[in-house]
Parts: sequence; C-alpha cells; structure tokens
Amino acid sequence: MSASRTPRTHQLVSQRAAAIPPSGIRKFFDLIAATEGVISLGVGEPDFVTPWHIREAAIYATERGHTHYTSNYGLLELRREVARHLEQRYGLRYDPATEVLITTGVSEGFDLAVRALIDPGDEVLCPEPWYVAYFPCVHLAGGAFVPVPTNMEEGFRVQPEAVQARITERSRLLILNYPNNPTGAVMDRETMGRVAEVAIDNGLTVLSDEIYDRLVYGVEHVCVPTLPGMRERSVLLGGFSKAYAMTGWRIGYAAGPAPVIEAMMKVHQYVMLSAPTIAQEAALEALRRGEAAVQEMLEAYDQRRRLTLSGLRSLGLACAEPQGAFYVFLSIAGSGLSSQTFAEQLLREEKVAVVPGSAFGASGEGFVRCCYAVSAQEIEEALERMGRFLARHRQ
Amino acid sequence: MEDIFRILEKDARTPPERIAQMTGRSVEEVRATIKKAEEDRIILGYRAKVNWDKVAQGRILALIEVRVTPQREVGFDAVAARIARYPEVHSLYLISGDYDLAVQVEGDSIYEISDFVSNKLAIIDAVQGTVTHFLLKRFKEDGFIIQGEDGSSKRLPIAP
Ligand SMILES: Cc1ncc(COP(=O)(O)O)c(C=O)c1O
Repeated sequence: MSASRTPRTHQLVSQRAAAIPPSGIRKFFDLIAATEGVISLGVGEPDFVTPWHIREAAIYATERGHTHYTSNYGLLELRREVARHLEQRYGLRYDPATEVLITTGVSEGFDLAVRALIDPGDEVLCPEPWYVAYFPCVHLAGGAFVPVPTNMEEGFRVQPEAVQARITERSRLLILNYPNNPTGAVMDRETMGRVAEVAIDNGLTVLSDEIYDRLVYGVEHVCVPTLPGMRERSVLLGGFSKAYAMTGWRIGYAAGPAPVIEAMMKVHQYVMLSAPTIAQEAALEALRRGEAAVQEMLEAYDQRRRLTLSGLRSLGLACAEPQGAFYVFLSIAGSGLSSQTFAEQLLREEKVAVVPGSAFGASGEGFVRCCYAVSAQEIEEALERMGRFLARHRQ
Repeated sequence: MEDIFRILEKDARTPPERIAQMTGRSVEEVRATIKKAEEDRIILGYRAKVNWDKVAQGRILALIEVRVTPQREVGFDAVAARIARYPEVHSLYLISGDYDLAVQVEGDSIYEISDFVSNKLAIIDAVQGTVTHFLLKRFKEDGFIIQGEDGSSKRLPIAP
C-alpha cells in the first residue's frame, strides 16, 4: 500500500500570510544591531519610563492578587474612567457598559475595528503616509486598501477633495490618524469638518486612531467624533502608550456606537479574551492621577521638537512643521537618494538611524522619519552627523 | 522664564544656545535671564552631584534635631543664621513638630561630626538640646536614585 503513496505538496505558510510584504522597518533592525555607537532617531516610543505611581499601582494590584481575567470588555471601573475622561476632554458621552472596549493596545483595537467594520472586497480609504500596521490589517481582513496621498506643501493634512475623488461603490471605511505617525501632522477643525462631510455624504464609517491626542504643541486636537454627525459613524481608538509612556503594557481602548463595540468584542473575546489585567489596573491609575506626568513629558517633547526644527532649518532641510506626536518627516529631495538608500547610507556612514519614508506608503518616498523622543544631546549630535552626511551627498 | 529654570535644574550644563532653541527664545534673552537670575539669587549655583559612596572613602552624613529657645524680636532666625555659617552644615531647616531645627551635617569621619555637635553646636546659648542620627545608607538624594537603577533605556532602536 505504502508503495503507491504520492504525498501532496506541503504548503506550510498560508498564502494570506505569505502575501504580507516584509516590513521596511524590520530590515533595518539587523543593520542597526550590527553597528556600534548608533544614535537612533528611528524609535517610535517615549524615552520616559512609565511614571512611578502607575508602576506602583500595578505592583499593588499584583500584590492583591488581581491576576485573573476581566470581563471581555475590560474592567468596568476602567471603562467608566475612560468614559469620564472622554467627556471631560472632549464633551463626548459613551456608555461604559456598551460603548467602550478595553483592548491590548491600539494595535489590537485597530485590527478588531477593521474586522468588525468591513467585508472582503470593501474599500478602505487611508491618508498616506500611513502608520505601518494599517495596510496589513486591512489586507488580512480582505479589504482593498485605497491610499489617499497627502503632501508636504499641505502639511500632510488630508484634503476632503482628495478623499472624494477616490470614492467608489465599494468605499466603506475611512481611516484617520491625527496627530499623525509618521508626519506629525495635526488637522485643523475646518478641514477636518469638511473631511467628515465627505464621509457622511458617502456613507463611510470613520476609524480614527487618536493615540497621539495628548501630544499636540500649541494647537487644538480635533477629536473626530466631536464633529457634527460623526459620533454615530466613527470608532475612536485611544491609547496609553504615548501620553503615559506605557508602550510595554499593551493597553488601549475603543469607543463607538454599541453595535460596533459589540462586534469588536465578539472578535476580541476569542482572540484575546481580555486585555492584560495588571495593565488595566495601571491604566486606571494613569487616567486618575497621571495628568501632571503627561504635562511634564509634553513640555520635554515640545522643547526637543523646537530644538530639532531649528537644527534642521540651519541645515537647510525642509519639512512640514510637525504640530503633534514626536516625529519630523524630513524631505531628503536634495540628496537625490531614495529614502531606503538614504537611511542605509546615513546609518553606515554616520551611524544615525532614521526610518525610510517608503515604509509608510508610496507618498512617503523622498522623506525619512526622525523621532525626537531622545535626549537633547542626542538630537544635536545626530543633526551634526546628518549635516556632514548631507554636505557629502547634496546634489 | 520658568521653563529656562526647569531645563537648567535638570541639567545645569545645558548651553544657552540649546536652551534658546528648546524654548523658542533668542540666545541673548536666555543669557540675560540667567544672568539676572544669578544676581537675584534665583539660581543659587551649579555643581556636580557626586556619588561619594563610589569613591574610596565615603562621606559621613548626620541629621541632627536641634531644640532651640526662640529669642525676642528675631525668633529662630538669629540662631539659625549662626548655625548655617558652619561649613560642615549641609542644609538647615526650621521645621514644625517635636524639635525646631533640622541640621544636616557632612564630614569625613564620625569624629568630625561629633566634634561639631559637642564643640560647636551644643554650646550655642539658645540651643537646648540635640539628637544626632547618623546616616547608614543613601537611597536617593536631590532627586538622584543612588541605590538601584531606574530609567535605563531598553528601547528598541527602531520601532513603528
Ligand atoms: C498611529 C499609531 N497607532 C497605533 C500604535 C500602536 O499603539 P499601541 O502601543 O497602543 O498598540 C502606534 C505606535 O507606534 C501608532 O503610532
């Protein structure tokens, strides 16, 4: 019997997984690891350690044995605190029982929302450059990703006309991410209002990743669901990673209309069950007593932002003035290099790591992302090295 | 103005040029503000915070509780001013509670400190009594964690 066996070819990895393009960021990782004395502006998280009172609250929760699962939606106390926070900051009202979901970071919240909101073949519009997770998540959910290019001249703010021009029968969802990673762009209320109108006119749902909402410098953050007609058609994603320096805790939340939150919870209950309990306790402490620490970190980011911008100006480098997050999206047009080559050569020749703009979609080509959540000394040293590099490569 | 002080308080070596860029002010303004603050004794000084525990001979620190008879007209001020002038005195506070003055004294040996207490401090007329506590171990001083690390950067060099 065994002589006649003809085994079928064995396919180990699914086509869906195989089709995920390699991350433009991962490649760099090995290069940096192999180089000594690198100043990295390639980071994507605060340099601060989580404020002590938050860490202490988590230790206390552990001591008391808060080591079990929570409700699939997350601790009710935390959902109440999130709802209170959103009401205080933005005048938004969400029912903590049905309209708030605690997620394992905005990362999970984003994935859940996409899965809950689109069917295979649906088109998802997204301003480009985009945060690296958006395209793969939409792809994994079977959606068609439709980038809406933005540019430096318009400060990387998405224009309502550009969204309108890409609407088709299948358009279903619009992703927004302001303050933006990688450009640091913040939307003004007027333009955002007109983008919202396009969404309403075309029956789009809006998925708004506002993880950087607290990191704005001297301008207002426009919270999408506060715009007329938007609360009932948008899902708001909020985080702890950036404002409270809590990236490693893996905690975030989603707020939106009950049916969407319920649909997201249905996926969440099977893939995550519940967000980490200790991290939920830490998040509760962050919302209750973290404001002073947020303000202190904000002042530090703003100072470094100014330092970076003034340094770039003296190097004669162009960028749209970033008003939020902790990134500068720098034009490298003058070098004549592609963003990938620029980043690789800068790392080799001057040991400064930046992220090539092409990692954030086609409109990111010609730019590199520099994160200024590093010390002032490192910013100055990195700028000096970049100055030397540019002097050699300027065309 | 306060932003300038906060920057210098974190790192007194921050050059005025960098402070100017960080705060969006002109270098001249930063220089002038610092100069004036020094003259007005808003900025009292600049010094390195040395961890003497790591240097061969550790320094001895004592906290001394001092009970004082307040004096007509000047209260505690006159005696406090006298005590403050001794170079051994590291810091001096008037406090509420069981005693009046809290004195921190630094010396190279236990003898130096006991000499200070018995021959300099205790003999002052207004001083009624002293209780000396020798410091056994420093954990944190002036905002610096001395025992155990905190805030070491374990960030990935590149992240989304
Ligand atoms: C725009 C954006 N969304 C989401 C995330 C992920 O956040 P979290 O740590 O909450 O999963 C990041 C992190 O860099 C981000 O920049």
